[in-house]
Amino acid sequence: MTLATKLRGPGWYRAAISQPIAFLFAFGLVALVRSLYGWDPVVDWEAITTVALITMPLGFIVGIGCFDYWFRWAAGAPTVPEDHSGHGATKWQDYFKVNTDHKVIGIQYIVTTFIFFVIGGLTAMLIRAELAQPGTQFVDPNTYNGLFSVHASLMIFLFIIPVFAGIANFVIPLMIGAPDMAFPRLNALSFWMLPTAGVMMVASFFVEGGAFATGWTAYAPLSTEMPVGQQFFTLGVQFAGASSIATGLNFLVTIITMRAPGMTFWRMPLLVWANFTTSLLVVIATPFIAGSQFFVLLDRSLGTHFFDAGGGGDVLLYQHVFWFYSHPAVYIMMLPGFGIISEVISTHARKPVFGYRMMAFSLVAIVILGFTVWAHHMFVSGMSDWLRVPMMITTLLIAVPTGIKVFSWLATLWRGAIHLTTPMLFALGFITMFTLGGISGIMLGIIPVVIHVSDTYFIVAHIHYVLFGGSVFTIFAGIYHWFPKMTGRMYDESLGKVHFWLSFIFFNLTFGPMHFVGVDGMPRRVADYADEFATMNAFISVSSFFFGLSFLVFLYNMITSWRNGPKAAANPWRAHSIEWQVSSPPPIFNFDEIPTVVGGPYEYGVPGAVHAVFKEEGAPAKATPAPAGGGGAPPPGE
Amino acid sequence: MRRLLRKRPALGMALLSGTATAVGIAISLAIDWFPDAASTASKDIDNLWDVLLIASVPVFVLVMSVALYSVFAWKVKPGDTSDGAPIHGHTKLEVVWVTIPFVMVTALALYGWVVLDDIEAKEKDPLIVNVTAQQFAWSFEYPALDKVKSNQLVLPKDRRVELRVKTKDVIHSFWVPEFRLKTDTVPGLTTKVRVTPNRLGRYDVVCAELCGIGHATMRQAVRVVPPGEFQGWVSERKQRAGDGGVAAAGGDTAVAGKTLFADTGCTACHTLADAGSEASAGPPLDDLTKDAAKFGKREGQSAEEYVKTAIEQPEAFVVPGFTKGTMPDNYKKNLSSAEISTLVKYLSDVSGKETK
Repeated sequence: MTLATKLRGPGWYRAAISQPIAFLFAFGLVALVRSLYGWDPVVDWEAITTVALITMPLGFIVGIGCFDYWFRWAAGAPTVPEDHSGHGATKWQDYFKVNTDHKVIGIQYIVTTFIFFVIGGLTAMLIRAELAQPGTQFVDPNTYNGLFSVHASLMIFLFIIPVFAGIANFVIPLMIGAPDMAFPRLNALSFWMLPTAGVMMVASFFVEGGAFATGWTAYAPLSTEMPVGQQFFTLGVQFAGASSIATGLNFLVTIITMRAPGMTFWRMPLLVWANFTTSLLVVIATPFIAGSQFFVLLDRSLGTHFFDAGGGGDVLLYQHVFWFYSHPAVYIMMLPGFGIISEVISTHARKPVFGYRMMAFSLVAIVILGFTVWAHHMFVSGMSDWLRVPMMITTLLIAVPTGIKVFSWLATLWRGAIHLTTPMLFALGFITMFTLGGISGIMLGIIPVVIHVSDTYFIVAHIHYVLFGGSVFTIFAGIYHWFPKMTGRMYDESLGKVHFWLSFIFFNLTFGPMHFVGVDGMPRRVADYADEFATMNAFISVSSFFFGLSFLVFLYNMITSWRNGPKAAANPWRAHSIEWQVSSPPPIFNFDEIPTVVGGPYEYGVPGAVHAVFKEEGAPAKATPAPAGGGGAPPPGE
Repeated sequence: MRRLLRKRPALGMALLSGTATAVGIAISLAIDWFPDAASTASKDIDNLWDVLLIASVPVFVLVMSVALYSVFAWKVKPGDTSDGAPIHGHTKLEVVWVTIPFVMVTALALYGWVVLDDIEAKEKDPLIVNVTAQQFAWSFEYPALDKVKSNQLVLPKDRRVELRVKTKDVIHSFWVPEFRLKTDTVPGLTTKVRVTPNRLGRYDVVCAELCGIGHATMRQAVRVVPPGEFQGWVSERKQRAGDGGVAAAGGDTAVAGKTLFADTGCTACHTLADAGSEASAGPPLDDLTKDAAKFGKREGQSAEEYVKTAIEQPEAFVVPGFTKGTMPDNYKKNLSSAEISTLVKYLSDVSGKETK
């Protein structure tokens, strides 16, 4: 291939060329408009940066080739017949191209998000280093504020939310017996928007004035006044959000329309239910954070007054719109984990999920209630007083569906045949840690308590119990559980256990004490603190470094097992769901023949029960009588 | 115990969990969670907290007991291919674990509501204080007391106070941990905190909402004093008299200056070794004598005049590298001239000195 064809065709060469072009376009546009208006200076770097933050990521995505097919189609050019050359991976280089295979995209998602997890973790280590002693040691307050802002933004927008999308991308189509996602090209676009968002957020450290330093919450009017680094958050979130929305839509359509014959809603594995409900949240809620950040962008760049009280703006508006997304986002970061835990516990305890239908209903209940509680983040914000009590009640009521889930998992363990594998250990760790996070969540729902502890380290402790002890433990459980399916190799079980125990212990030693310093009066988001908290903070910092190191065990295990681990069988866990009925890793088009679903997904211990069979359509499928409690309704027409 | 667990698992587990619950509640109540309680609200909130602990421990113990018991009772060896019991559900049990949490959280919500009403109750004739936040300082004004102004919040013990909180720039949050009360300061709004301080002492107003680079150090003094002393303080402020806190410090200007420096909130922005502050929103004051010599000379000012001007008219000269308008220009109004003299003397004396 000549260089010229390389530059014309989709890929990294064209993406690289697109960057200077996109930058020059931004430069030219700003200079042109400013000179037409007669503004001084014509070359305004903040304005150029802002426009470039839109054109350069778009240029990259176009350059890498996400839009080629659609552009040709829209222009009326003859479309390239689909030869499936961009589907599936045969060599490692294929993972660096636009690919439409959901399994490749799943791996791309997971690896990319774990890279940002590492970067986010390193910022956490710097934060703890600075906090090891009172006073200023390593970083100045501005850099410190940037560190925790980037830490939270990466962990939320570039790790937890998308890694769940990655796991689901790999697993869901297999689980429902579909050959791929409903919109494979959209799926590829969703993925490629993600690294651009992450690179933007990290890049903000290198601009004048430092990284965005307003927290991941970016409250206006602070965010409308901070230096240009703030734009990297404002616009980065747009790309991560667009990626999320497109994926959510894709999951909804896939799950609604592409289930295998016989896969009724009441026969879907709970991970599918979890991603279905999560996708509803994503599609409904995410536009609100996009809106809130666009308002900030307009206030900053075009001088509008959305959040300028002096100009008729409303400061609390920002918080209402922001939390109308960001509270449901908590469930976007938790429901897929609930799904993973149901799969893991049922499979590794060899028992049907207890109360399957209530498990699905409780997901739906959380979705609905999740939209009615946002203002509990604003109990001391100065919003209308009367709104607080109703929001307190709805907040506490979420404990009911969440409680159903926890109790049902426990009942699933009861009288099981429990295999203490690494995924199971993480699932058990999750249940206990999430219960603690849930309990502190109840406390935080009660207004008089939160008046004292809001914006303290108690909040930091709570969110890490929910998001690390909760979400990240489920992510680890899921990664270990599906590692054999994704890579075709087994991970090292002993190293997995070492990883679990190290992270479980040091997680608690790191975040447990934060409850105490918070209630005792230490505010969060501070580079410096009163001397009375010095001992506790030194202890937390030391624990956090060991906690950070524990991740290396995981990394080592994953990398070496992926390269040299023993070959995995198709179904090492003897699971019933469909993804385990194909080879590990699965064939490029998933199924040679589409499976027919004949029973519930978790019929462990039911003699002769199967979830799905691979038979030509029309052949009588062997159905198991529906057991009490749901999960195995006979297919319609039988 | 072991034999009991094997023979009568339910009884054994109940005994173990009961003990764990009792121990857990005892420990959680024994922990000294809160800072000193210095307002009537503190007691209500601390009691509510104890109730929450008592309600939470059994829930956590229950979850832990069932999880641990299941693992110990039904763990199998790798390679075991047996399945668990095919139990799909149990309607009565599910009704129970929907109902009990529902009742619990409803009761807690009602209790929380009652406490909220209590701590926010209006009382007749409160002492009104206007609180103004700005990056990165608090200032206080007593509208009914001749509009007395101050950089410390001084409150009489056992009197209902209504704080009306405003901000000049971004969102801050007014928090006194010992009072357990907090409210954000919102541009365009006046928010309120009602509090009855009931314990004498010096506490901190802490900014609890991220407000920029000086956020971590934005704290100033609250003093709760006996009503008589409060009256004295007010009349002293009215006449803008007093000795700048020197007498209270036992006649030691250095001690008086250091106290004033912290209580006024100078520590929020300025590094000064003697006061133990390490903030960077404003110029480091350890270089003050150098700066005064360098910049003061231009205006023909003595070092002390330079320092005085810098406090009273911060816009008059801005040290290169810092932004005009960062330092509030209300210190001339809020501090008495004696206090300013104390500060000027203190700063001129300690600048450049290493901490002892």
